[in-house]
Amino acid sequence: MSELRDLYQEVILDHAKRPRNFGRPERFDHEAHGHNPLCGDKVDIFVILGEGGTVEDVRFEGRGCAISMASASLMTELLKGKTETEARTLFEHFHEMVTHEAGGDALPDAAPDDLERLEVLAGVRQFPMRVKCATLPWHTFNAALASERADGVTTE
Amino acid sequence: MNAIPERRADVNFYDVEAIRRDFPILSRTVHGKPLVFLDSAASAQKPQAVIDAVTSCYAEEYANIHRGVYFLSQLATEKFEGARKKVQRFLNAGEVREIVFTRSATEAINLVAASYGRKFLKRGDEVLLSEIEHHSNIVPWQMLRDEIGIELKVAPVDERGALRMDRFRALLTERTKLVAVTQMSNALGTVLPVVEMARLAHEAGARVLIDGCQAVPHMPVDVRAIDADFYVFSGHKLYGPSGIGVLYGKAELLEAMPPYQGGGDMIVSVSFEKSDYAPIPHKFEAGTPHIAGAIGLGAAIDYVTAIGLHRISNHEHALTTYATERLMGIDGVTLVGTAPGKGSILSFTVEGVHPHDVGTILDHHGIAVRAGHHCAQPVMDRFQVPATVRASLGMYNTEGEVDALAAALRKVREIFA
Repeated sequence: MSELRDLYQEVILDHAKRPRNFGRPERFDHEAHGHNPLCGDKVDIFVILGEGGTVEDVRFEGRGCAISMASASLMTELLKGKTETEARTLFEHFHEMVTHEAGGDALPDAAPDDLERLEVLAGVRQFPMRVKCATLPWHTFNAALASERADGVTTE
Repeated sequence: MNAIPERRADVNFYDVEAIRRDFPILSRTVHGKPLVFLDSAASAQKPQAVIDAVTSCYAEEYANIHRGVYFLSQLATEKFEGARKKVQRFLNAGEVREIVFTRSATEAINLVAASYGRKFLKRGDEVLLSEIEHHSNIVPWQMLRDEIGIELKVAPVDERGALRMDRFRALLTERTKLVAVTQMSNALGTVLPVVEMARLAHEAGARVLIDGCQAVPHMPVDVRAIDADFYVFSGHKLYGPSGIGVLYGKAELLEAMPPYQGGGDMIVSVSFEKSDYAPIPHKFEAGTPHIAGAIGLGAAIDYVTAIGLHRISNHEHALTTYATERLMGIDGVTLVGTAPGKGSILSFTVEGVHPHDVGTILDHHGIAVRAGHHCAQPVMDRFQVPATVRASLGMYNTEGEVDALAAALRKVREIFA
């Protein structure tokens, strides 16, 4: 049962019940819709870029399991102020963390504090079926950055 | 299996512990807990008799069928055709040639859509479905719609998940050429009144296809009493192997239908100018079939009929009633689908907890349930839930297992409190 406690820690339950940065902003630069058809998790990610392409704000909307919602909530907290490259690196570390026992050594360095905060989701690696719940918001964030700037919405 | 003749003696006797001993997998543990398998509606576990039949087929009696003049091929052919005979008796079909072996119930429906549908349905004809169909009884008809321009109509269910018979009657018109409905919903457990529906459909001049996947493991089925034109089911939900399914079709319909796939085993003679097709059912069985699968299905039919579908049904109904009471006693648990006379499926939500989180926590208590949309997304839309947790009860489940489910659900509530 310890694996189960690892998965459903207080931090995750707290983020799932009271997600941070939840709700569609009035204006945003990029958005993407993520969907996991198997379990029905849905997430929309909205990104506002600041000077030099840093993430000024990132918010989300969606419904899904505790893992997907907590992951989205934590992600939005961590990505604010990151450059695009830093954001991608953090996702690579996170992906390693939730899929491998030990890993990420070959990746570019990421801020130790960020990695520590993401560690609460590392328990999903014991639950292969749930890994995609945890990674859905990150994939959706990447898709948002890769998308065209949202029509008619600008930060200028 | 040795205990079966004694079991047969008393109609009320149901020794669930003896039955459990026939299913080797039920003695294993999962995450250190005894396995509580509550997902038989997705696929049922296999009794030793089925495992032995498949093993024996490969170990002692295997060769290709309908071909060789040698002993083993004849033996394998006899076993395979013997399984067809068992299916015929199981469904009370009039003739053995009305039983077509397919890969799955899904393939059986696709066969009817592709063969019967393309030949006998035309633009503007209507196919009437119910709102609680499995995707496998929706998508083949949509593909046919897109191809030849038929129209699909959907008879809705009420808030308990029971079919709105008034709406079904209203949707049944002279334009309706086929009624394709499930006998028992995989997502809700609703049992449809297929005898009456078939009578009404025939009065309207429509043919009837019944999806019996969920029905055959749980109740005696008589295709002639239903007067089904087509009836499909899969082996793996009937405690048999996966990869084998059955299409029953009235002989005159099957004879009038063109082949579904071309190849070996479905022809009498072939030249480059022309091929003559084999008589039914072989016309629809191109290629080497799942020989061991059919034989395993025959063994599964022997197994459930020796115990008795009536007795299995009684056991499951009592267990469903018990489980309904237990689940309704848990704060925050809401049952989705409460139609009167429903089968042994309990679909439910837990307030504030996503079904997948429920499924993961139950798994760690050794309890296997399905969490998701159950390949019936329109049902989820009807009840405005993204997904449900589904506990489905089979012939081997016990009150103790229901108690374990209830206890684990209380744990779910604690974790998410």
